[in-house]
Amino acid sequence: MIELIQLAVPVLLKGLWVTAALTFVSVLIGFNLGLGLALMRLSSNWLLSGFAKYYSTVFRGTPLLVQIFLFYYGLGQLSLIKDNAALWWVISDGSRCAVLALALNTAAYTSEILRGGLMSVPVGLVEAAQACGMSRMLRFRRIEFPLAIRQALPAYGNELILVVKGTSLASTITVLEITGYAKRLMSQTFAIFEIFAIAGVLYLVINLLLIAIIRSMERFLMRHESSSGQKSTALKSI
Amino acid sequence: MEFGLWQVWEAGWVTAILRGASITILVGLVSMAAGLVIGIVCGLIKWARIFPLSLLVDAYTSLVRGVPELLIIYLLFFSSVEFVTKVVTAFGYAGVAESGYAFVIAVIAIGAISGAYSTEVVRGALGAIPDGHIEAARALGLSGARIFRRIIAPQMLRIAVPGINNVWQTTIKDTALVSVVGLQELMRISFIGANSTRHPFIFYLIAAVVYLAITLVSQAGFDGIERLLRLRTRKAV
Repeated sequence: MIELIQLAVPVLLKGLWVTAALTFVSVLIGFNLGLGLALMRLSSNWLLSGFAKYYSTVFRGTPLLVQIFLFYYGLGQLSLIKDNAALWWVISDGSRCAVLALALNTAAYTSEILRGGLMSVPVGLVEAAQACGMSRMLRFRRIEFPLAIRQALPAYGNELILVVKGTSLASTITVLEITGYAKRLMSQTFAIFEIFAIAGVLYLVINLLLIAIIRSMERFLMRHESSSGQKSTALKSI
Repeated sequence: MEFGLWQVWEAGWVTAILRGASITILVGLVSMAAGLVIGIVCGLIKWARIFPLSLLVDAYTSLVRGVPELLIIYLLFFSSVEFVTKVVTAFGYAGVAESGYAFVIAVIAIGAISGAYSTEVVRGALGAIPDGHIEAARALGLSGARIFRRIIAPQMLRIAVPGINNVWQTTIKDTALVSVVGLQELMRISFIGANSTRHPFIFYLIAAVVYLAITLVSQAGFDGIERLLRLRTRKAV
């Protein structure tokens, strides 16, 4: 048992960094894309809002695994992609391709969450900001976005955990992260439960860390509320 | 691209894809049914806070919802594959083991995942029932079973519909993951097609379209159910 832990833990920890990196980069890109899509969806231009709507339907309506396979195996076949150096650079590598798929996937879910947040901003506040002569940018930065993100944060926390879990699919396209290493160890050592337990603990640690970050962000955003009255609405459990 | 939809049709892949899609739907439905049973039982335990059991349910839902689905599938598959193959070969059904076994593992894994999410939905729906309704039923002297059947269950089911819709959409998409253990569902068939024809793009694109069709049709179905339930409440008021 001790031997097994000595063998498995360093390997899985190596995977932990890959999982963390995949999550971080995907969320960084996905959040910004999602914000853009949410704004497009709410815009009065039917072309923009139509695109955002169909984008979200397609990416939320198909499994992430299909998206990953389509990008990794499928796109490399098109000469359009093969001839473009930048696109080929993204597609040709498993981890870059996984980040692409994860980012595009989470952008769809994020756009729905942020759209809900933006729609919950009271019209009166926006009108008041307009009456004060705030420019559109300033209004968004100072009034709409802070209120929307406060509303959306608990749901976004759940989405972050889904991204962490989604990174496990990168193991199907040759990226060795926690699940990839775990699968390899399972077939090498036959200590299925033990490996599962260690890998599971690593995932739970990442999730708890994310929940802690989201909670503290929420506390920061809600600092104007009385500290005793308002109970945190963030994820009660994972 | 000289290999197009026509070639997919010519080579007979369409029937294979349709067969795969029907297995996907079958796995999804059976897992969802199992998940709902788990969800109602565990949701009631969580809601009523039945002491030692609620701890177990908490552990189950946090574990399954926090750990990747793929890892859970690997756990179930690897831990049982040796045992089951031995038993089945001993009885002389080695051939059946191939397809039947992967199906069972798929349903257990996806059902367990779907059950964890359903538990939260059911618990949330139970929590949304006003306490006054249950108190009033008690004051009228209704028995516990009757309160459940007449007061709790109907309201819970109605409140839970949007949540159940979400769980179903996730479940049908999760079935793609069981392709890694060799069950010949939609994703696996596409994988085989992509590899044998060397034209992955068209096959994964078809798979994406079929999944999208399944989720869109079920979304429309759930919208219909929600509309029906809404109408009934309006009439009752």
